[in-house]
Amino acid sequence: MSSSATAAATPEALARYEPVIGLEVHVQLATATKIFCGCPTSFGAPPNTNVCPVCLGLPGALPVLSRKAVELAIRGALALHCRVRPHSRFARKNYFYPDLPKGYQISQYDEPLAEGGHVDIAVDGAARRIGVTRVHMEDDAGKSIHEGFADSDRYSYVDLNRCGTPLVEIVSEPDMRSSAEAYAYLTELKQALEFVAVSTCDMEKGHLRCDANVSVRLKGAEQFGTKAEVKNLNSFRFLKQALDYEIARQVALIESGGRVLQETRLYNPDTGETAAMRSKEHAHDYRYFPEPDLVPLRIGEKWLDEVKAAMPELPADKRARFIQEYGLREYDAHVLTATRSASEYYETAARVAGDSKTTANWVMGELMGLLKAEGKQIAESPVSAENLGDLVKRITAGELSGKLAKEIFARMFATGDAPAAIMEREGLKQISDAGELEGIIAEVLARNPSQVEQYRGGKTTVINFLVGQAMRATRGQADVAAVTALLKRKLRPEDTC
Amino acid sequence: MDIASLTIDGVREGLLARRFSASELATEALRFAEEENGRTNAYLHFSPERALERARRVDEQVARGEDPGPLAAVPVAVKDVIVTKGVRTTCGSKLLAHYVPPYDATAVARLERAGGVILGKTNCDEFAMGSSNENSAFGPVRNPVAPDRVPGGSSGGSAAAVAQGTAVVALGSDTGGSIRQPASFCGVVGVTPTYGRVSRYGLTAFASSLDHIGPFARTVKDAATVLGVIAGRDVCDSTSAAAPVPDYTASLDGNVKGLKLGLPREYLKELTSETGELIARGVEVLRQLGCEVREISLPATDYAIACYYIIATAEASSNLARYDGVRYTVRSGDGETLAEMYRNTRGEGFGAECKRRIMLGTYVLSAGYYDAYYLKAQKVRALIARDFADAFQEVDAIVAPVSPFPAFKLGEKIDDPVAMYLSDIYTITGSLAGIPCMSVPCGETAEGLPVGMQILTRHFDETTMFRLADALERTVGVGNARTRQRG
Repeated sequence: MSSSATAAATPEALARYEPVIGLEVHVQLATATKIFCGCPTSFGAPPNTNVCPVCLGLPGALPVLSRKAVELAIRGALALHCRVRPHSRFARKNYFYPDLPKGYQISQYDEPLAEGGHVDIAVDGAARRIGVTRVHMEDDAGKSIHEGFADSDRYSYVDLNRCGTPLVEIVSEPDMRSSAEAYAYLTELKQALEFVAVSTCDMEKGHLRCDANVSVRLKGAEQFGTKAEVKNLNSFRFLKQALDYEIARQVALIESGGRVLQETRLYNPDTGETAAMRSKEHAHDYRYFPEPDLVPLRIGEKWLDEVKAAMPELPADKRARFIQEYGLREYDAHVLTATRSASEYYETAARVAGDSKTTANWVMGELMGLLKAEGKQIAESPVSAENLGDLVKRITAGELSGKLAKEIFARMFATGDAPAAIMEREGLKQISDAGELEGIIAEVLARNPSQVEQYRGGKTTVINFLVGQAMRATRGQADVAAVTALLKRKLRPEDTC
Repeated sequence: MDIASLTIDGVREGLLARRFSASELATEALRFAEEENGRTNAYLHFSPERALERARRVDEQVARGEDPGPLAAVPVAVKDVIVTKGVRTTCGSKLLAHYVPPYDATAVARLERAGGVILGKTNCDEFAMGSSNENSAFGPVRNPVAPDRVPGGSSGGSAAAVAQGTAVVALGSDTGGSIRQPASFCGVVGVTPTYGRVSRYGLTAFASSLDHIGPFARTVKDAATVLGVIAGRDVCDSTSAAAPVPDYTASLDGNVKGLKLGLPREYLKELTSETGELIARGVEVLRQLGCEVREISLPATDYAIACYYIIATAEASSNLARYDGVRYTVRSGDGETLAEMYRNTRGEGFGAECKRRIMLGTYVLSAGYYDAYYLKAQKVRALIARDFADAFQEVDAIVAPVSPFPAFKLGEKIDDPVAMYLSDIYTITGSLAGIPCMSVPCGETAEGLPVGMQILTRHFDETTMFRLADALERTVGVGNARTRQRG
């Protein structure tokens, strides 16, 4: 954030005020085809190729609602604990823009798909429940490209590939009281939607976009202040920065005797500031009215039950199950359910390993450590869940020492190979064969006569030194338990006979 | 070959008896249509390549002994608001003067699959907005019966094409009377089926909740045949109905004995005396055929015009937003800004009537006015539908005039939009209720101007409507005196 942004309000002034924040989040549904036609939703196709008469808004073309899109939207609504309305309908939101070929967006207005949900968050240990006002479906517009062409000073170009991509808009209650809470809300919301496979929530591809309504009021006041709508918050970092800037701006404005205007402001990630959009750009009267080309959407109990039955487990449910079923600690369960892919990875690995706790330690410790160091997601892990499970299985079976396992794991991470292949190739097999070990131990005993003497004289702790020597001699491949047992036997004279 | 007197059955007989081939008929029909067009301006453009290609396929089917379909070789005209792949579709607007659609309307595809040969696209009021065809950007259509008079609108070109005999049947569209009124003015049969009966896919939208595609023909039987071909569920139109489509022609035996007819009191007030007398005579014919006639009341009728012009314009204001100069519409100058380009394009592109309706519709949907206008109008619409539902508890069909007066003179009402709107009074109610309704010729005035009788029935009961129209036609005769003479 720029220094001017923070300088706008003193910490004392900020402390007297309470921000009130609500978020409007647009999420792209993970369907293969568009919401009202059969065109693909794939990203990156040449401009204006994933189009047809319907999404181009050609004269006479009519929308037909995708059943799959509705099902994903229902799933998303259920994941946010919303009540799905048995009867909802679509409405036209009318405005002119070159990337809006019909001259209206098909959205939902007075009868949205679902209402009355919530998202639970925790910030600094304080749990709060943020209300979800509504979830409604709509089609996305195309993309206007204002730069990068030889005649960009005079013309803009339009790519309609994205036009008709299915979206849900999720509107929260004005329940958040800090940028940290907004951040936590968006994090939880994203996690929930990813989990139930409603959306990939890929912010870089615009699959999750966020606008915020922000106002401030003196702490203890009941009335809301005048809100500003802040747009273009398309990363978690930008959301927090923009909110902090906007809160400080409003407090400073009020403190200096000014008044917050109800307006739309655009966040500029380069400066970290928000700036009012020209009034013309947002002075819209959308003239909503029911979409006459679509029949009302009726979602009966049967359909709802089918969607529920096909619904993947929600994060909170999964967390509880991990604690119950795998005996994990709350914190571990939280980490391992942070993303759907992490939870799936863990469950697969634990199933192969047959030891849920050791697997949890390995996933959270070695695996996540190396992934983090390389800036990778768990879905990109070079070590497959099956291979990690196999490694853990060998550890718990006593086939590998922890030290050796870590060495093998590092090679697995580098090569993507299975543990058996690496052990074979590198000769990293644990030595637990008594015959092989006896020779090594005899040599250790011969080289360290004074320690042998001490042990036999009653200072039994010296055995640890001797075990260490044996391990060094085998480059760590010896089975510690077997070495210890053998040493004990050799050091007691009565046993040597 | 006398195209002007051909019916679908006549085409079929001639074709199967090898008196003419589909290609010969198409060639002759195109020649005749182009020749007649100098008098009426009924067609905006012809599609000879497509017509001859389709005719050739029919000939091949006939040669192979295959069934070429119920409309085999039948010359068809299609209103220019219905899209045709590769054939210009202007909607009577300058904005779409060069627009060539990349796909066919479902009704067009079904017509052709049944063997129909599309000769060309017919003139109409711009975006189907008008009652006289004088709002076409490409000049008005003259009524073939009386060239100084309008053919009615907005499907004036389709009605005229059928009346002059260049097409055996035609497709039109009806939002508030745009099929029935020109059918009445030109002395042909025009059908507005139940809302949802025929797919709207490919019909350029004027007012989506009121728009219908329907047939024109010279005989009731031909209209029934065409409807049978184009009707039925279409997955591309969510509002199209799955109701089964009966064989409409099967019950056209002239027997209407025992059918109960309602004559709405409210529809007899504004009639010119001649129209009133002709309708009364038509009703008398049906009574003598054994129908029971009783007077009924449709009390919400008084609010229909206001209701219609709120809902239709509201939807139109949204439907016409896409003609913005960005993609396929003719752009009038780039302008300095986007807003200027929009203003130039739409300001120069739309005719006065479209602008009037866009402004009305924008107004009634505006914040603060929505409840008072649009929402109220929807409630009135429900009342109008209830009036009909109540009436159909007592009667099987409603008979009424189509228009208070016969075809008026070109230019007579063009400067008085309210008078023009009011002339839609009898057709608008059926449109708002979404019930099937049609116009069937019922006689002529002393001047020889045709007058149609309107028949309205219950949702999806087109059969009863066709039976009554067919019975009337058997007594009154087909078409109008002048075309009959010439034919």
